[in-house]
Amino acid sequence: MVWQTLARHLLTKPTMRRGPDQNMVAEMTRRLKEAGAARLGRSLAIRHVAAGSCNGCELELRATQNMIHDLTRYGLSFTPSRHADILLITGVAARNMADAVRQAREAMPEPVLVVAVGDCAVDGGVFKGSPAITGGAASILPVDLLIAGCPPTPGQIIEGLVALIEAHSPERLIVRDVG
Amino acid sequence: MRICGGEAWQAFEGEFIALWTDQTHAYALFRGEFLATAIVDGAYPALSPKHPGANWFERLALDLNGHRALGVTHGRTAIEHFRAPDGTAAWPEFASPAVEGVHQIAVGPIHAGIIEPGHFRFSVVGERVLTLQARLGYSHKGTLALMRGKSPRLAARFAARISGDSTVAHSLAFAQAAEAALQMAAPERAHYLRAIMAEIERMANHTSDVGAIAGDAGFAFLDARFAWHRESLCVAAQAAFGHRLMMDMVIPGGVAADIKPNGADYVRRALDALEVEMPGLTRVFEDYASLQDRLVGTGTIPPDLAARYAAGGYVGRASGRQSDARTDPGYPPYNAYELNIPVETDGDVAARIRVRIAELAESARLIRLFLEDLPEGAISVAPPSGSGFGLGVAESFRGPAWHWLKLDSGMITDAFVADPSTLHWPLVEHAATSGIVADFPLINKSINASYSGVDL
Repeated sequence: MVWQTLARHLLTKPTMRRGPDQNMVAEMTRRLKEAGAARLGRSLAIRHVAAGSCNGCELELRATQNMIHDLTRYGLSFTPSRHADILLITGVAARNMADAVRQAREAMPEPVLVVAVGDCAVDGGVFKGSPAITGGAASILPVDLLIAGCPPTPGQIIEGLVALIEAHSPERLIVRDVG
Repeated sequence: MRICGGEAWQAFEGEFIALWTDQTHAYALFRGEFLATAIVDGAYPALSPKHPGANWFERLALDLNGHRALGVTHGRTAIEHFRAPDGTAAWPEFASPAVEGVHQIAVGPIHAGIIEPGHFRFSVVGERVLTLQARLGYSHKGTLALMRGKSPRLAARFAARISGDSTVAHSLAFAQAAEAALQMAAPERAHYLRAIMAEIERMANHTSDVGAIAGDAGFAFLDARFAWHRESLCVAAQAAFGHRLMMDMVIPGGVAADIKPNGADYVRRALDALEVEMPGLTRVFEDYASLQDRLVGTGTIPPDLAARYAAGGYVGRASGRQSDARTDPGYPPYNAYELNIPVETDGDVAARIRVRIAELAESARLIRLFLEDLPEGAISVAPPSGSGFGLGVAESFRGPAWHWLKLDSGMITDAFVADPSTLHWPLVEHAATSGIVADFPLINKSINASYSGVDL
């Protein structure tokens, strides 16, 4: 029994590792340079705030953590703490969440990268124009990275986040270093 | 629909499902009866003194449409709690029970996990929870207002985003409401494809939720394995229907696309993998005393309370209610099949898990049957233009989702959506008081009420 399991595992390979889209990386490096962004390390903690989603994006964000997509192998992990490097926002930017999102951003120590995940967080998505929303994370905060999709697949989310890490790697982004 | 006077409206005995208003009338849906009463001076007689489940709906009617319920005993809001008329945003007041040593714990609207926003206010003595008040509305997107003035086909995109985890069920209920209003029927093949998607969605939610509850009780292994099975169901959904959550696939008049070649094989393989592993995973649930200790007797919803709130889905079925919209009132293709509906009576977290595990097997059985019996033919017909109103229901994984549509010359003039969570949130508030603070994540996950589905 044990030998069978061992043999099977010797023959299987880990799932494909995702790389970033190089065009996306180049574009993001340019924008981060323009913004004079401070450099973070390669191991980043993510704080998620839902600002009026349908919970589709949350399902796919959670799926990035499962053993198939395995977000942690890219050095990324979710944290329920304000001590995080990335503020990840989903949802339409509902008016009822605006204060909470602003407070969450203010509570985080600098530097912080803000990522909007899902069509709703990009610009309001199908809800664009509703008076109950301001439409997109950028209507509340400056956003560094948009990951579109309704909802984006776990693979698309990971590719976006990996591109963000790549874009501000030391070789690409020579800016003020933090600590 | 029966239009009645205020007294008959308030006196009606029956199982309350939903209440809403449009410009002229207040509507109340009971099991097997649909009532309306006129709105006079922006008000209608309250149903909540007799039917506690009406409470949240009355708050929604006030916040969404400005219609007051006369004779309500509650003063809480559903959506508009933040801005005073002068624009200031005062932090809301929560009352504590007058007990010595009581203090409050505030949680949210930003939660620790990757979940939707909502504010929970616990009043506790030590670890013991005395009361819980859930303040929702943070996800309010104006969905119902966006549906107005659009054709059912166009508005289906909003129905698909009422709650992402039950996108198929809500799209289905919406489509059935539109089809009822336009007095049309979807082709038979579409009924089967809709049901296959709905059952995949049910299984995907059951697997991830059951695993997450175990994860909260320290059983990371179960969490990992069930998350793996959820992923394989999502991959199968992608392969068969082109979208991992099958969003926008069910549309008024049918389905948006046919099942892909080999799609059925992907689905069957995902079911096979789950069925092979389920006995082992179920045994872990049953065999570990430390896990059972966290689940048994936790978050109990007694059968009489579940009945008063007409609890649906696994919440109702774990508390002795044999209710399932697939058979009562029933819709195709389910009405041509015999369904096994698991029922338990303990009403605790463990019972809800047992019901959901039993439903996994039943959904897998149904998917195989539907794939085998899938009739040939068209997958959709274009909805005609027309006027009228229609009710539609679909059994989402958490219970019956009801949609009501009023159409005028093919355009939606009014709509209402009752997610089962609207009746379940008061039960979350109740169940939380049966335990300590540390039990709340288990209790909350075991009921898994939707935020977006209630905030609308």
